[in-house]
Amino acid sequence: MKPIVEIVIPQLAESLVSATIDKWLKQPGDRIEMYEPICELITDKVTAELPSTVAGTLAKILVGNGETVPVGTPVCLIESDAAPQAGESSPNGNGLQADAPQHAPALQTVASDSGDQSMRNRYSPAVQQLAAEHGIQLTDVPGTGLGGRITRKDVLAYVASFKANGGAQIAQPVDENETSALSQVRSSGIHLSNMPAIPPIETQGSLIPGRGEYFIDVSPVRNTIARNMRQSVTEIPHGWMMIEVDVTNLVLLRNKVKDEFRKREGINLTYLAFVLKAAVNAIKDFPIMNSMWAVDKIIVKRDINISLAVGTEESVATPVIKNADHKTIAGLAREIDDLARRGREGKLTLADMSGGTFTINNTGSFGSIVTNPIINYPQAAIMTFESIVKRPVVINDMLAVRSMANLCLSLDHRILDGVICGRFMQRVKDNIESYTLDTKLY
Amino acid sequence: MAVIEYIDAIRLAMKEEMERDEDVFVLGEDVGVKGGVFTTTKGLLEQFGEMRALDTPLAESAIAGVAIGAAMYGMKPIAEMQYSDFMFPATNQIISEAAKIRYRSNNDWNCPVVIRAPIGGGVFGGLYHSQCPESVFFGTPGLKIVAPYRPYDAKGLLKAAVRDPDPVLYFENKKSYKLIKGEVPEADYTVPIGEANLLREGEDITVIGYSLPLYFVEQAAAELAEEGISAHILDLRTLQPLDKEAILTAVRKTGKVLIVHEDNKTGGIGAEVSAIIAEELLYELDAPIMRLCGPDVPAMPINPPGEKFFLLNKEKVKEAMRHLALY
Repeated sequence: MKPIVEIVIPQLAESLVSATIDKWLKQPGDRIEMYEPICELITDKVTAELPSTVAGTLAKILVGNGETVPVGTPVCLIESDAAPQAGESSPNGNGLQADAPQHAPALQTVASDSGDQSMRNRYSPAVQQLAAEHGIQLTDVPGTGLGGRITRKDVLAYVASFKANGGAQIAQPVDENETSALSQVRSSGIHLSNMPAIPPIETQGSLIPGRGEYFIDVSPVRNTIARNMRQSVTEIPHGWMMIEVDVTNLVLLRNKVKDEFRKREGINLTYLAFVLKAAVNAIKDFPIMNSMWAVDKIIVKRDINISLAVGTEESVATPVIKNADHKTIAGLAREIDDLARRGREGKLTLADMSGGTFTINNTGSFGSIVTNPIINYPQAAIMTFESIVKRPVVINDMLAVRSMANLCLSLDHRILDGVICGRFMQRVKDNIESYTLDTKLY
Repeated sequence: MAVIEYIDAIRLAMKEEMERDEDVFVLGEDVGVKGGVFTTTKGLLEQFGEMRALDTPLAESAIAGVAIGAAMYGMKPIAEMQYSDFMFPATNQIISEAAKIRYRSNNDWNCPVVIRAPIGGGVFGGLYHSQCPESVFFGTPGLKIVAPYRPYDAKGLLKAAVRDPDPVLYFENKKSYKLIKGEVPEADYTVPIGEANLLREGEDITVIGYSLPLYFVEQAAAELAEEGISAHILDLRTLQPLDKEAILTAVRKTGKVLIVHEDNKTGGIGAEVSAIIAEELLYELDAPIMRLCGPDVPAMPINPPGEKFFLLNKEKVKEAMRHLALY
């Protein structure tokens, strides 16, 4: 069968929207060559002959002499000589436009296909707002949108039916279903049926019902902590060790001097000051603890600047006690008090934070007895001082009640190994245990 | 009321304004003796003489510059850009001079010029006779921009533009000239600049647009009504300043919005309209804001399949509207 081709009124001139057929030059059955005029057209602007766009035989005239039709209207059908071709423009002449509406039926099937529920739980802001306004459980609302989505209109219809039924009708069956279902499942134990159904008013407390979570914006401080911690654990191979220290003498010493110290200095004399002094002295003996990894070399710092971890509920900062080895126990206590106070007040400056070479964290202050700290990048090690607890200890084959505390150390295993760190920790331990009632604070 | 064509509404507005106020005159390429390439200014030279229907050289920056100067001296010129595509040589005059003179002179001077320019394709005009340049001027404070769809608004807005004390760009759609017909009162009236117009009330989706594409939107809405989809259609009419209240009210009606225009999508009027909606109405949206616009290609192609691909039509609009309704 020969393909039938439509000849349409072309866009003869700009702004032209219609044309009038003046006179047909060909009649049905006539042979027509390519580009041969088939009729004459009159428009506002021009009078022109309409050429055929195919060779063939005129099959039918669709628009008679004297009729006016819009541009794009088919005026006749021509039986083309050309062999039928796949993809030839269809008789409606809308070759390209015909592509556009092809999606539409597909969409309709998706929408009407009750099987697809992929959008069932995607609530638009309008739906959430309306649900909160009317105290509606969205799980009860049938969704007619794409993929079973609940549309704004679905909620409005649900509200309307709720109101039409006098309010109780909708709520009632839901409650009944819930109680019967629950009492069937739970035959013993807590009687869930006695639990009041969650009133909708409570679920809208968050304004967005059904959300089991909420979001906190990441503050710049949090972001910095996150970045530093991640960098430390990803770059530094952490090693860990812990030793136990007998701090009985230290406790006695502090108890003896703390009140007088408070009177004289106006600040608390903390255990941390003593631990700091012990650690700093140990670092002096093992300078490698005060170093950093630089890929092809290890940089050992001459200054001993102790970073002190100061925590608040929201964050942690590590202000630095510079040249800690130049300071007495009293001087360290004063520095600790100053940094801790300013840390809690959020008044630490960038200068306070920089230059640290070794970190000490007084984790005992929050009751911990063992911690596994993350190294304060790019330092080589971090030490924690844990809670002081009284424990039975064997001394010279005799039991004694002693005040004990743990020291934990995380180390950069690229720089440090077990032996050196063991010796360092032993030195810290010795330093702490060698405090006596005669130890000078100044 | 008489039913007249869009082009006649524009011609009538100019004729009546020239009769009303002798400071009003038209100037542009071929607007005098020939009466305009589209016959928009036909008869004005005969009625008002060659001093009020000036044939100008082919120099758009001169047309705009002369009009702006005359306007600042108290005349009410209506300058015609033969095609909005030719308007770009005049952009500097329009954006740097007309739009800024009131601000720059601290209110001493103003510039009551009207610049008419035919926009849009679908007339087999190709690259230089089919563009929609509204986004070029849209972000320029100091300019008012109108783009009427109905003959009623074409006449009322042109009269309002002539009487406005500041520069107004008047974008008329050249395919609408003979295609769009509508009732226009014979009495003198204006359509206020800055007010949108509700074309159709509906429940399911809101369609916002301007100029010719609304023709397809209205046709599609009529067909979709038979499928049970009702569309709420807002004609912006004025692009600068946008009628925010009308936009927000129309979107609130359904929570689903489709923005339609022939100018290409990126940086078009629809982008600003959707930003306004997103800023003000997030919690009342029931579907993503959708836009149906010309593709981001450099210009309207001259070949017919390419032109059809580029242009909006009833089918494309209908599909987008149905898609939004079903969402």
